Amino acid sequence: MIFAEWKPIDELVDKLKAHSKVLLVGCATCVAECAAGGEKEVETLAPLLTMALKKQGHAVEISTATLEKQCEWEFVEELAEKVSGVDAVLSIACGIGVQALSERFDPMPVYPGVNTSSLTIREEAGVWAGRCAACGDCVLGETFGLCPIARCAKSLLNGPCGGTRKDGKCEVDADVDCIWNLIVDRADQRGQLELLTEVKKSKNWSGSRHGGPKRVVREDLR
Amino acid sequence: MKTVPESNLSRTLAAGKFALTAEVGPPRSADAAEVIEKAKVLKGVADAFNVTDNQTAVVRMSSIAASKVLLDEGLEPVMQIVCRDRNRIAIQSDLLGASALGMRNVLCLSGDHQSAGAGGKLNGHPGAKNVFDVDSIQLISIVKGLRDDAVQDGGDSVSSPVPFFIGAAWTPFGPPEKFRTIRLAKKIAAGADFIQTQAVYDMKRFGEAMRRTEDMGLTEKAAILPGIIVPRSAGMLKYMNANVPGIEVPDEMIARMKDAKDAKAEGIKITLELIDAAKNLSGVKGVHLQAIEAEHLLPDIIKAAGLLPRPGSN
Repeated sequence: MIFAEWKPIDELVDKLKAHSKVLLVGCATCVAECAAGGEKEVETLAPLLTMALKKQGHAVEISTATLEKQCEWEFVEELAEKVSGVDAVLSIACGIGVQALSERFDPMPVYPGVNTSSLTIREEAGVWAGRCAACGDCVLGETFGLCPIARCAKSLLNGPCGGTRKDGKCEVDADVDCIWNLIVDRADQRGQLELLTEVKKSKNWSGSRHGGPKRVVREDLR
Repeated sequence: MKTVPESNLSRTLAAGKFALTAEVGPPRSADAAEVIEKAKVLKGVADAFNVTDNQTAVVRMSSIAASKVLLDEGLEPVMQIVCRDRNRIAIQSDLLGASALGMRNVLCLSGDHQSAGAGGKLNGHPGAKNVFDVDSIQLISIVKGLRDDAVQDGGDSVSSPVPFFIGAAWTPFGPPEKFRTIRLAKKIAAGADFIQTQAVYDMKRFGEAMRRTEDMGLTEKAAILPGIIVPRSAGMLKYMNANVPGIEVPDEMIARMKDAKDAKAEGIKITLELIDAAKNLSGVKGVHLQAIEAEHLLPDIIKAAGLLPRPGSN
């Protein structure tokens, strides 16, 4: 899922204090899964923000809505009436949702309420970890299903750096596995260590953001 | 066509003499005098001197500039390049520039993560964007391409081969230990001519790792120089053992430093023993000696180890 976390309340107060009526909009998809922008979080954040704004002397009326998918135009359209009654929108969907609202309801100011950071999996209750970096050139077929682009701090393609801790964790974070340690283990368990001996040449990053803003046209679907 | 340049280091190794490299960390300063001061202390005591590239992700004088200062002082640099801060365009451009300035040895590293800079008393730049466009092994391939085929990574040519003696690092004791020799083999297959290792304090265990490299035929293809960091105190050894990935310090050595009346003298004694042990290991072609923030100790240690004068010095 696309992972996001709330921005600090102070930062939100700073953006909203100049407005009088704000619509707080959540999204029931990824950000709900990561407990940052679903209906539950919308209804939790609204009173927190109202109080924080009031504490600073700003009477801002906050109404709420949660869309099934903030990144699909037909769902975004459902908001039209509610948006017409406010002077700002705060979206706690991912950056895609924020921009969808911003584009549809221009010139209404739409502020992001979360920081979108990664593509994660929920490892267990309350724990999320990155799994994909959307690099545009998937190597999982050569790394035994474990991504060194998203899960190695240096996105190494030819094995672990010298920073693997004694317990197999990454030097950058003692709670994160050195993914190359796991890749090698898995290769070894499958008796296929030799598949990791080939020197992988420099990667083509142009399929990701590095190639410029992404735009894909599928004529078969137009 | 392989166009390995003549350098003190390549010549010493080619002649089958026991090589010695040391390290000069560039200053957190724009003052060449600080580099020159270290150069004056170290001139002639090693075949070549590693010049680190913003090690631990702390901003220092660039490795190219500090290498040039050393060169002007008559010391041969091993210019280190990390993949953290530059993409393949900048790295290749800097390699051309470094060669134009006279650099002949280069050490290819992935580089410490930028979060390392905030580890000690300094702020560092933990919010920096890292690059890691290529990794250390891909970097080795790139240098080899420029040197042997006069071709850039993207396929464009350069007008003439760029002569570099190519170095790489090896962390023999890091997990997954089974893969560390394979990774070394990959570096050598990619084009590494010489290898400097993470600091070794257990030469017996290193000897076992060396045997594995010999069995794979790697010692015939590249010169391996184990790293030795002069121990200054029991605390330093304990810290490295616990916190520096890939460094294993035997408990007896920590105890020995702790019990020593004069820890500095004991550290020098240990260093000499380690150099001696390295000399006696099959396949070892030299040592890479470091005295962190204490380069002034090196001349006496190297002299006491019987490694002076160096082959290339007058």
